[in-house]
Amino acid sequence: MKRNAAYDLNALRREFPILDREVYGHPLVYLDSAASAQKPRVVIEAQREYEAHFHSNIHRGVHTLATQATEAYEGVRSKLTEHINAARREEIIFTSGTTDSINLVAGTWGRANLNSGDVVALTRLEHHSNIVPWQILAKEKGFDIVVIEIDEDGSLCEESLKAALSRSPKLLCVSHVSNTLGTVNDVTRITAQAHEVGAVVLVDGAQAVPHKKIDVRDIGCDFYAASGHKMYGPSGVGFLYGKAELLEEMPPWKGGGEMIQTVSFEEETTFNVPPYKFEAGTPHLSGVIGLGAALDWINSVGLDKIAEHEEALIKYASERLSEIEGMRLIGTSKDKASVVSFLVDGTHPSDIGTILDQLGVAVRTGHHCTEPIMNKLGIPGTVRASFAAYSTFEEVDALVAGVERAVKMLR
Amino acid sequence: MSATIDSRQNQIIEEFEMFPDWMEKYEHIIELGKELNLIDESKKIDDNLIKGCQSRVWLSAEMSPEGNVVFEADSDAIITKGLVALMIRVLSDATPKEIAESNLHFLEEIGLNAHLSPTRSNGLLSMVKQMKMYGLAFSVR
Repeated sequence: MKRNAAYDLNALRREFPILDREVYGHPLVYLDSAASAQKPRVVIEAQREYEAHFHSNIHRGVHTLATQATEAYEGVRSKLTEHINAARREEIIFTSGTTDSINLVAGTWGRANLNSGDVVALTRLEHHSNIVPWQILAKEKGFDIVVIEIDEDGSLCEESLKAALSRSPKLLCVSHVSNTLGTVNDVTRITAQAHEVGAVVLVDGAQAVPHKKIDVRDIGCDFYAASGHKMYGPSGVGFLYGKAELLEEMPPWKGGGEMIQTVSFEEETTFNVPPYKFEAGTPHLSGVIGLGAALDWINSVGLDKIAEHEEALIKYASERLSEIEGMRLIGTSKDKASVVSFLVDGTHPSDIGTILDQLGVAVRTGHHCTEPIMNKLGIPGTVRASFAAYSTFEEVDALVAGVERAVKMLR
Repeated sequence: MSATIDSRQNQIIEEFEMFPDWMEKYEHIIELGKELNLIDESKKIDDNLIKGCQSRVWLSAEMSPEGNVVFEADSDAIITKGLVALMIRVLSDATPKEIAESNLHFLEEIGLNAHLSPTRSNGLLSMVKQMKMYGLAFSVR
């Protein structure tokens, strides 16, 4: 059922310049926000404004521009601390994105703590970026990776979770929301269960941050990773939340400027305190500023209202798509966010995507960087439509009409 | 440039002039995909697999007694398969030298060049490279 958003959707759409675009003569129907969300004007402007009037390298400068740039950059750290309810601003490390954040944990905490004989638990739902860094490290260190399997509907298999926990993993990695199936994992409960057996917990929040209010202290996880560009912010910037006590113990990862205390050829080089210890080199300054603007924008609309609208869209899309003969929705767990993945009997996802593109409808097709899910379900990939605050019911109608047309041509 | 390969390309360009509308164009490609003879199952092996990100393409090549390279191919996606059928029509049953030196311009002229762009991960670009490699390999034998 179509239901009006709790905000003025038309006015909100006008804040996104790109939504005016046409593709092959059709108005753009952008249903690929899970890959990357579009940016509102305030984010684009904040970055431009920073580059035009405030840019300078941050920290250590004595001049006015350096001070202003530093204040703006550190201001976003404070904003983010509040946004995800971290205890201290030192617990927020700016990275280039979720992938970088996870690699940071693997490269420091992982390298220092995981050894031969240890077990790391990953779920079948993980994005490649929460699998491959652990596989690379496992090859070097010789620890075991145990997979927490999924049920037919794409939710985590409780028995498999129990079995994995019974092996006393040192680390458990779980996505908050699956980028392929939309499954929302109960990360608060899973974290508590994992902590009972002494595991450190890393949550991949890339797909959750644009759709849900995140409270890292309520979740209780040790690490939480996310990207700016999934939450209406710039690409090339993201963050890692880490509990202070863990960050303090962790050795540095990338070496360079800013992350040091003293550097010497004669004596041992010493390192800065977190978060600076993990922020070597000049960061993506305008990206961080843009991320701050994105947080403000999200909060001005209200994450609850956005989530409510997206939930209605997912429900409507699932119902409408199911009317198509041979439709197979992939991922039907009770709690879902962000995406609707599907296959239509007798057609290949890439063919459907090609036809939809001709109609101006942008979806993603393929394995969505989650090949283990595809292998498990025995499918070549899916067509994935994903939603954001600016998505409309009319766009869902355009998707359904496009799929119907494609199926007619392809069968 | 080979006269054979060029005249085959011109034939396809002429054929597609009948379909100014994108939908008819794609319908024709889908038809071609459906008509393409399936590759022998024994040749659908990993060695013959050209893995694109999205759809899979299998390609095998053999020398005919006349000294021409004969290609067989298949794909699990029908639009890709139709495009593969066009590639085979142009390049199969030509001499190794003709294949290696061919200049493929027909996709651009029928307005489907996007499918050959490196950003399109449908395996088609890799397939064309592989076909030319076969041409090169057979020509030095």
